[in-house]
Amino acid sequence: MSKYLPLWPDQASTMASQVDLLYIYLLLVAGVMTALIFLAVTVLAIKYRRRPGVAAHQIEGSTILELGWSIIPFFVMLTFFIWGAVIFFQERTPPADATEVYVVAKQWMWKIEHIEGQHEINELHVPTGQNIKLIMTSQDVIHSFYIPAFRLKQDVLPGRYTTLWFKATVPGRYHLFCAEYCGTMHSGMGGDIVVMKPEDYALWMAGGSSTPLAENGRALFSSLGCSTCHRSDVKGRGPDLAGIYDKPVQLDDGRTVIADDNYVRESILDPTAKIVSGFKPVMPAFQGIVTDEQLNALVAYVKSLSQPAQGSAALQNAPATSPGQPEVQ
Amino acid sequence: MATTSIPASQAPGSTTKLNYLNNGHTLRSWLLTTDHKRIALLYLLSVTAFFFLGGFFAMLIRLELLTPEGDLMQADTYNKVFTMHGMIMVFFFLIPVVPAVLGNFLVPLMVGAKDLAFPRINLLSWYLYVIAGALFLHCMLNGGVDTGWTFYTPYSTAASNTNVIEAGLAVFIVGFSSIFTGLNFIVTIHRMRAPGLTWSRLPLFIWAHYATSLIMILGTPVVAITIVLVAVERVFHLGIFDPRLGGDPLLFQHLFWFYSHPAVYIMILPSMGVISELITCFSRKRVFGYKFVALSSIAIAVIGFLVWAHHMFVAGISLYAAMVFSFLTFLVGVPSAVKVFNWTATLYKGSITYATPMLYAFGFIGLFTIGGLTGLFLGTLGIDVHVTDTYFVVAHFHYVMVGGVVMGFLGGMHFWWPKITGRMYPEYWARLSALLVFVGFNLTFFPQFVLGYVGMPRRYWQYPPEFQVLNVLSTAGASVLAVGYILPMIYFLWSLRYGPIADANPWNAAGLEWQTASPPPTFNFDQTPVVTWEAYNYDEIPEKELEAPVAQ
Repeated sequence: MSKYLPLWPDQASTMASQVDLLYIYLLLVAGVMTALIFLAVTVLAIKYRRRPGVAAHQIEGSTILELGWSIIPFFVMLTFFIWGAVIFFQERTPPADATEVYVVAKQWMWKIEHIEGQHEINELHVPTGQNIKLIMTSQDVIHSFYIPAFRLKQDVLPGRYTTLWFKATVPGRYHLFCAEYCGTMHSGMGGDIVVMKPEDYALWMAGGSSTPLAENGRALFSSLGCSTCHRSDVKGRGPDLAGIYDKPVQLDDGRTVIADDNYVRESILDPTAKIVSGFKPVMPAFQGIVTDEQLNALVAYVKSLSQPAQGSAALQNAPATSPGQPEVQ
Repeated sequence: MATTSIPASQAPGSTTKLNYLNNGHTLRSWLLTTDHKRIALLYLLSVTAFFFLGGFFAMLIRLELLTPEGDLMQADTYNKVFTMHGMIMVFFFLIPVVPAVLGNFLVPLMVGAKDLAFPRINLLSWYLYVIAGALFLHCMLNGGVDTGWTFYTPYSTAASNTNVIEAGLAVFIVGFSSIFTGLNFIVTIHRMRAPGLTWSRLPLFIWAHYATSLIMILGTPVVAITIVLVAVERVFHLGIFDPRLGGDPLLFQHLFWFYSHPAVYIMILPSMGVISELITCFSRKRVFGYKFVALSSIAIAVIGFLVWAHHMFVAGISLYAAMVFSFLTFLVGVPSAVKVFNWTATLYKGSITYATPMLYAFGFIGLFTIGGLTGLFLGTLGIDVHVTDTYFVVAHFHYVMVGGVVMGFLGGMHFWWPKITGRMYPEYWARLSALLVFVGFNLTFFPQFVLGYVGMPRRYWQYPPEFQVLNVLSTAGASVLAVGYILPMIYFLWSLRYGPIADANPWNAAGLEWQTASPPPTFNFDQTPVVTWEAYNYDEIPEKELEAPVAQ
């Protein structure tokens, strides 16, 4: 790729080559169509230019042609639709073994929290060959996390989590852009995605000491008093949170919802929005009391109570109680 | 044809015949007119003024982007400049330009009516446009607005400290001007067609305006309400869109695009109607597949209401919603493609001349084809994730909205200029300008497709240095384009005084508007025409001796 006249972006994720292949297919089809129409217009315009004594030959139309040039393009477009949907389905379905990284956007910076506790600003270090899932939220307006070299983009909204996953393939430094207009320094709200070989990444991770995210969450869980009600040893006033993550929850209005990141988040900020069947709406709302970073730590902690098998540092560092029985003070 | 009145063409220099232009010379006779033709000219003046204002902001954008650093203006200023460019061009130029100018002038003439159904509402519509425009100018001089033309929440309701309310009010008011125009067209087309002018005999220009009017009256109220909700949240902190107040930011995007995607068809459909008139006239042929072209306009209007969420594939809507909207987006591609194929087929076995309006029609087909096909890229989910909110999108919608709409408008202006003014434009300069617009346009916007795919996001005041060469190309193209747009301004004005006098039908075109004098009398026809022929009966109309009237 020329440094001064880039005609093609770097390919640095597993999705990049897939998206490019589809793009090339579209370019070919669109190129052929454009060429055909340009050629047809040019040839017809010259061939049937006005000549003395030759009148236009009136033609009403042709239903067969009309049907043909409606149906054939439709089927060609159907191939675009299906191929595009297949790629999109993969882009929106994170693998179960993905390592989670929390992203908090604000005007005009990206704050990154690794599950192991590392914090970064406007930089995200990731190893090659590992599935990474970003769990993102915004503190103010809508932003969009965009990595052209990965061909991936996801809007980041206030008040909820959105996710983006990828597997980086080629070590290097790639642009991170904010792609949703967010005010004065929208164009400055960028940074770098630093893709490293796994061994370099391990070294980078080992540098500096930090507390794992779930560990922070665990401390918050007791300091905020959550643990007085959410407990398993006695019948608490709140539901026991062990093992609930990503499982169906029966609500008192009869609905069943999946206890995903957004559910856990909402239940902390606005507990009465969805009451678990069999419990009273007695929990205070934490909207405005916990920051987005603290919220991420709490969500990571709740999640760690359900993922004994996950090999993340969070649980390995956790005290030797069974995940099913959170320590209660 | 024998049953219609065909006034003798005016003798050169004759000023005795009363027409809509010399029927009253006072300012009052213009400002209180209910003549659709005069209102069309009022619209022409105001829309042109906004076009050049919007164009001025476009040049500021292109100049800032000559260098990667933000050096010409401050970041906040740049944000206001692109916002103002977008709002002016979308709400004050692209939406009204063809319907309110050419549509206003031609719909009654083409259906053989004396005026639109509600002449006073038509005048009111222009006054609303002017009030909204004045409000917007006031907002602009008072510091402007920086939300982007899309008003996305919660930025517009909670973060921006610019004149969002005033800009919103201007958009709200100008929306009613558009609703009134649509209402007038629908009633006129239903109720005021000349005897014998059945639906299947209507010019395709009328079909296109009918479809446009449907979108105007069904879609515009939704954006008006949405803007009111933005104001309510901004002023009273009532939680509608801002999650901190209990609202949902995606609700705004759904409501906004429910109108603003169909709005794209409000812009392009009337121009498509123009192109159908031009291609038939300059190939001396009935349009290929009349019914399919006519119904494709209605199909675009209807399906166009079902595709809005394709603007939101990465906004946080569900996987399956995205798939449904992607599929529907391809459906709307079909009637658009049908039009292009039928125009091309119309050329077959025609007797084609290359007067300026036809050059614009060729240009339209070229640019709309590229704009339409790149729309398919954006409808394809896997591609859209990468290119949405980049310069690829910017290039795409400029190909459709500027390449399409402005080519159609300029083509139509050249074609009907003799009808509107009674004078011909200078053919040589007009052809030159058509060429400059086509070349300049492609040079400006084609590099932006590349720029988008390599990853440059839109609405960027500064950018990484590797994107500079493509941006410089784009700015160079924009200056050629500017010359192409300024030229017609000059020679149209020149022709008002020095252009050769045009007779009633200088192109020997079909259509009722050519059967009355140029310029037409105030009530259009001396006698109500009776139509006994199909649209585009070019086999019954002799060709002119000259290829086109040429200025000395």
